[in-house]
Amino acid sequence: MHSSTPRILAEKVWDEHVVSRAEGKPDLLYIDLHLVHEVTSPQAFEGLRLSGRTVRRPDLTLATEDHNVPTTDVDQPIADPVSLAQINALRANCAEFGVRLHPLGDVEQGIVHVVGPQLGLTQPGMTIVCGDSHTSTHGAFGALAFGIGTSEVEHVLATQTLPQVKPKNVAVTITGQLPTGVTAKDLVLTLIAQETTSGGQGYIVEYRGQAIESLSMEARMTICNMSIEWGAKAGLIAPDDTTFRYLRGRPHAPAGVDWDRAVEYWRTLVTDDEATFDKEVVIDATTVTPLVTWGTNPGQGMALGGNVPSPDDFRTEAEQAAAKRALHYMGLTAGTPMREITVDAVFVGSCTNGRIEDLRAAADILRGRKIADSVRMLVVPGSVRVRLQAEDEGLDIVFKDAGAEWRGAGCSMCLGMNPDQLAPGERCASTSNRNFEGRQGEGGRTHLVSPLVAAATAVTGHLTAPSDLPAWV
Amino acid sequence: MDRFRSHTGTALPLRRGNVDTDQIIPAEYLKRITRSGFADGLFAAWKFDQDFVLNSPEYGGASVLVAGPDFGVGSSREHAVWALQDYGFKAVLSPCFGDIFSANAGKSGLLAAVVDLPAIERLWSITEADPATEVTVDLVDLVVRAGSWSATMHVDDYTRWRMLEGLDDIEITLGQEADITRFESSRPSFKPATQLPPQHSPQHRGRAITSSETRSPKAVHS
Ligand code: SF4
Repeated sequence: MHSSTPRILAEKVWDEHVVSRAEGKPDLLYIDLHLVHEVTSPQAFEGLRLSGRTVRRPDLTLATEDHNVPTTDVDQPIADPVSLAQINALRANCAEFGVRLHPLGDVEQGIVHVVGPQLGLTQPGMTIVCGDSHTSTHGAFGALAFGIGTSEVEHVLATQTLPQVKPKNVAVTITGQLPTGVTAKDLVLTLIAQETTSGGQGYIVEYRGQAIESLSMEARMTICNMSIEWGAKAGLIAPDDTTFRYLRGRPHAPAGVDWDRAVEYWRTLVTDDEATFDKEVVIDATTVTPLVTWGTNPGQGMALGGNVPSPDDFRTEAEQAAAKRALHYMGLTAGTPMREITVDAVFVGSCTNGRIEDLRAAADILRGRKIADSVRMLVVPGSVRVRLQAEDEGLDIVFKDAGAEWRGAGCSMCLGMNPDQLAPGERCASTSNRNFEGRQGEGGRTHLVSPLVAAATAVTGHLTAPSDLPAWV
Repeated sequence: MDRFRSHTGTALPLRRGNVDTDQIIPAEYLKRITRSGFADGLFAAWKFDQDFVLNSPEYGGASVLVAGPDFGVGSSREHAVWALQDYGFKAVLSPCFGDIFSANAGKSGLLAAVVDLPAIERLWSITEADPATEVTVDLVDLVVRAGSWSATMHVDDYTRWRMLEGLDDIEITLGQEADITRFESSRPSFKPATQLPPQHSPQHRGRAITSSETRSPKAVHS
């Protein structure tokens, strides 16, 4: 399905995967990789069983346990019987249908969006789906990756395809370079605050520009991860030498002649010069500062140097009502300096910021320091591989010496499906991606932050940038 | 899937925007492995509030949910759709839906129809003035009616066709088996497969972390 008209990156990947196309119908897209976890798959496998279908391509399917697994006593049987039943269902389903599974205790276990890239299964130009909205993470490699629901999981298991209507395209260009101490997380939170939680609705986004090009793969994943938080279906970044360097030598990366052929193809995965987007957004990276959310959706963000906004600061009645509700839930008073907000907990982890570079960044702040007595800090590596790497580098010692809890791999307090939850009214600085009401535990209050701000906040007990900390003595 | 042509029932006015799927059904209810039995999780956190509209007996039995913008954003959990259906909802109206939510709804037979904000606001006033008002959502003519009042609604053509005909998506796709097989035969050899090459098979299991290595929780809620 090649054409000579200029195309954007997402269109190129899309066109390569069209199995069939008919007027008035969605395109039928082929899926290169289907990632599976315990929460959104049991009913899909059950559907297959009831209709006597099989998994069409177990060799393009990979399962891991992440959402509800405990992060302590991971060598013990799971205590919660309902969680255990769900884990057991995944294990039985994978065994029955021949799907490769990385269970709790396995060295490749971890959050599905951390596992795919680190195995080298996530590659440029692929279509990747998972019953999880943060599948957009994989777009950092120039893959078209998006979250699906359980019925669609069943559809992909049965057919390795999905009917999809082509979304519109938006370009987000980040000019200049991010200042020191400002991370990809601050950048994407700034974008979401600017564009609101529905600004990307109906779009696939391509992130580009100088600031994006100079980001590491892990930082690019942080950006693409939160595409869903401003409503976008998927987020992509054109693959480049940084991408190829990251991939080379990984267990599932192509080798030998296949590597050369692959790289040759991957280099074509760029937006053509004359191609046009349906919408363009430009952000000057040099103006971005550490950003923290104050409300209950990821678009309700404020510079760390700012004050909690007042409902009157908003234009529409709906926004004012939403702000009022959010402030009430968050227990915040308009006008309070963000830096004066004290927290009870700090969570470093999730598919947004649970990779090795995130842990290194947090550990660099904590080295030689102690977290405040009033704070409980959880550090949860995104995968067992990340945990082992961190331990090789002695980061676990840094965290434990500072007074933080060093945990096993999983989603943990990102969504509080396992015992890692906030108590009602508790306030948390979290490196995860959602500050929805009750997300980290019923009545819990979440401030989304970067790993740097999370670590600095743990030290002082109130929202803090690393640059606010006194130098080590 | 059953055919959906038109539905008439009373409506629940939900005067909130940005209702994410974490609010529709919190994570703790997602551990079940069945496709039904999620009604108790619907808006679980909000149900504690006696003033929450779902608790109002006047709206008992409502089957059309009239919500503010950005309904169903966030997590991909289809449990949100199942919870609404288990509770008795047949249709949700909103000016704008989370992408994955509307896809999920369409697959499960819950009508998620886009209705513009002025019409939603009108429906809120009508159903607040008289909770017994019957609301009709007509998928054939793409209109929503309440008494003599009506407004257009939008559902994408493909979803509408499938719901009108009661068609199963997987069945439709399996009808194109030959196309899929042809496509597969042309996939480049460098595309990865999930079978692990033998030289990379797991050598060592992860060292388990035990609770003794973690600081005793200060305020853990479990
Ligand atoms: S870490 Fe959080 S956002 Fe990421 S997959 Fe797990 S629950 Fe979802």
